[in-house]
Amino acid sequence: MSLATEVQKLKKRYPDSLSAVMPALRLAQEENDGWLSPDAIREVADALELTPAYCLSIASFYDQYYLEPVGRTRVEVCTNVSCGLAGAQQVVEAFERELGISAGSTSEDGAYTLGTIECLGGCGWATVVAVNNRHRLRVQAEDVPGIVQELRG
Amino acid sequence: MAEHPSIVFAGTTDGSSVLDIGEYEKAGGFTALRKARALSPDEVIAELDASGLRGRGGAFFPTGRKWSFVPKPDQLPKPHYLVVNADESEPGTFKDREIMLRVPFRFLEGCLIAAHGIESQHVFIYIRGEYEREFEVLRDSLEAMQKADLLGGVTVVLHRGAGAYICGEETALLESLEGKRGQPRTKPPFPAIAGLYAAPTAVNNVESITTVTPVLELGGAEYAKLGVENSSGTRVFSLSGDVVSPGNYELPHGISMRELIYDIGGGVPNGRELKAVIPGGSSTSVLTDADIDTKMDFTSLVEAGSSIGSAGVIVIDDRCCMVQLGIRVSQFYEHESCGKCTPCRVGTRWVTQILQKIEDGRAAQADLDLLLSVCDRIMGKCLCPLGDSDAIAVLSYVDKFRDEYQAHIDLGRCPFDGESSLEGILAPSDLHAHHGHEPAHV
Repeated sequence: MSLATEVQKLKKRYPDSLSAVMPALRLAQEENDGWLSPDAIREVADALELTPAYCLSIASFYDQYYLEPVGRTRVEVCTNVSCGLAGAQQVVEAFERELGISAGSTSEDGAYTLGTIECLGGCGWATVVAVNNRHRLRVQAEDVPGIVQELRG
Repeated sequence: MAEHPSIVFAGTTDGSSVLDIGEYEKAGGFTALRKARALSPDEVIAELDASGLRGRGGAFFPTGRKWSFVPKPDQLPKPHYLVVNADESEPGTFKDREIMLRVPFRFLEGCLIAAHGIESQHVFIYIRGEYEREFEVLRDSLEAMQKADLLGGVTVVLHRGAGAYICGEETALLESLEGKRGQPRTKPPFPAIAGLYAAPTAVNNVESITTVTPVLELGGAEYAKLGVENSSGTRVFSLSGDVVSPGNYELPHGISMRELIYDIGGGVPNGRELKAVIPGGSSTSVLTDADIDTKMDFTSLVEAGSSIGSAGVIVIDDRCCMVQLGIRVSQFYEHESCGKCTPCRVGTRWVTQILQKIEDGRAAQADLDLLLSVCDRIMGKCLCPLGDSDAIAVLSYVDKFRDEYQAHIDLGRCPFDGESSLEGILAPSDLHAHHGHEPAHV
C-alpha cells in the first residue's frame, strides 16, 4: 500500500485530518530507513494537502522524528537522574567503546546510531536503554559488550 | 510489612498481568462499566465526588469536579471528548506504564466509564511515543473489547506522541493531538469548555482513569475510606534512585516516607546515608533526611514545603553532588522547553549555565544571587508550569543544601572531587536535529 493510501486511512480516525500529521510522519519515517528526508516530508505534505514547511515544523518539534539519516540500529541511553544515579554515564561510555562512536553520532557504515536521551519512564529499572524503541532494563556497563555482540548477530 | 489494599492493580498483586479479556471478565471485570451504564451521567459524577478521587498526573484536581465542568450536550451541542494523558514522562515517574502493561482492561474500562460520565462518544488516548510495548498491549486489548462488543458505540483512538515532555501539559497535548507543535495554550478558555477541536473536553491521567473503575466497583463512599483526609484512596508510588528495591508500589495515601523507603524499598543500599528525597517527580521541591517521617499525601507534603506531584519518589544518597543534580534537572527542562514563553526558553538555559559555572568552580558569590534571581524571573511568568518546575527544583536544592553550593564557590571546585554519583552526567544528545556541535563530553 502506498503512503498516500495509508495516510487516507489515518485521516479517517480524526474529525480533522490535520491530526493525522503525526502518525503520517511516523509512517513515512518507518518506510524511509528511519528518518525523514525532504522527499519523505513532501510525500506526507502531499497526502495531507499541507505544505512541506508545515510538516517540517512538526517534525522538527518532536525528538522522535529524525531529520538526518540514522543507523539501522538506534541505541539510546537514558541519562536522566535515576539512571544517572545507577551509572548511566558508564553505560554510555561502554557503548561508545564497543560501537566505536561517540554519543550523538552514527557509525560510518550506517549500522548504529548512539544517543543519550531524556527520561524513558523506567526509573525503577535503571539504566534503561532503548534499542530501536524497545527498552532494555537494568543495563549495567558490564552488560554492554554482550548486548553489542547480540546486536551484531 | 502490613498488607495494603490493591485497588489499581487488583488481582495482580503477585506482579502478574491480565492481558486476556476472558480472564479479566471472569475475575469480575466490566461489572463497574455495567454498573456505571445503568446510572445517569450525573450519578456517575456523584460517585466520583463521593470518592474524593483527585488527579494522579500531578495537579491533584478533583476528578468528579473536573467532569462536572464539562457542559451537558444540550447546553453546548458539540461533540464531547475524553482525552487520556498517557504521555508519562516526568523524571522519576513510571507508574502509568506499568498500569497499561499489567491491567490494560481495568484502564480501558475506566475510559468507558469516564466517557459515560461526561456524555462523550469519543475517547483519545495520547500515549508517549517511547512506549512501544504499552501501545501494542492497548491496541490488542481494545481490539478484544471491540470484538466483545463492549465499546457501546464509543470510538477509542490511540494517538502516539513523538518525544516531547511538554505534551504532558494538557493544552499542549491537545495542540499536539490536533496536529500542531505541542505548545501550551492560554487559559481560559479551559479544556472543559473549549478543549480538543474547540469542543468540551475532559483530560485525565492514566492512573486517575484506571482508579475510576474501582471507585464504581466499591462505590464512592467506600473508596473514600481508604487513605487520609484530602487524599483518599491508594496511590501508585514510583520508587527509584539509591534504594534497595526500586519499583512501583500501590499504597494508601498517608503512608510515611520512612515506611516507603525503608520498610518497603529496603532502605539505602551499601550502608550509605540518605541525603535527599525528591517526592513527586523532578519538578517537586527536594526534601532531606530530616523530613523522613513526612506522610505521603497532598496536605502533609505541602506542609513539608513540597508536593506529591506524580508520586515519583527519587531517593538520593550522600554520594550525590547537589549542584550536579541541579545541572541535570535543569538540562532536562531546558531541553523540553517548547520555546513559546521567553522566561522559560531563555531562563532554563541560563539556570543550567550558571549551575555549570558553579560546578566548574568558576562562579563568584554574585552568581549564586543571579541564579536565585533568574529562577524568580521564571516563576509564574509563563503559560504553563514547565519553567516553574525547573525554578522550583533548583531553588529547593540551593535552599536545602546552601552550604554545599557555597563550598563550590569558596573552594573554586566541586568538593566531591570527581567522586559524586552523578559525575559526568550527560545531557540528551538531540539526535533528531543536529545543530552542528559535538556533545561536550567527547
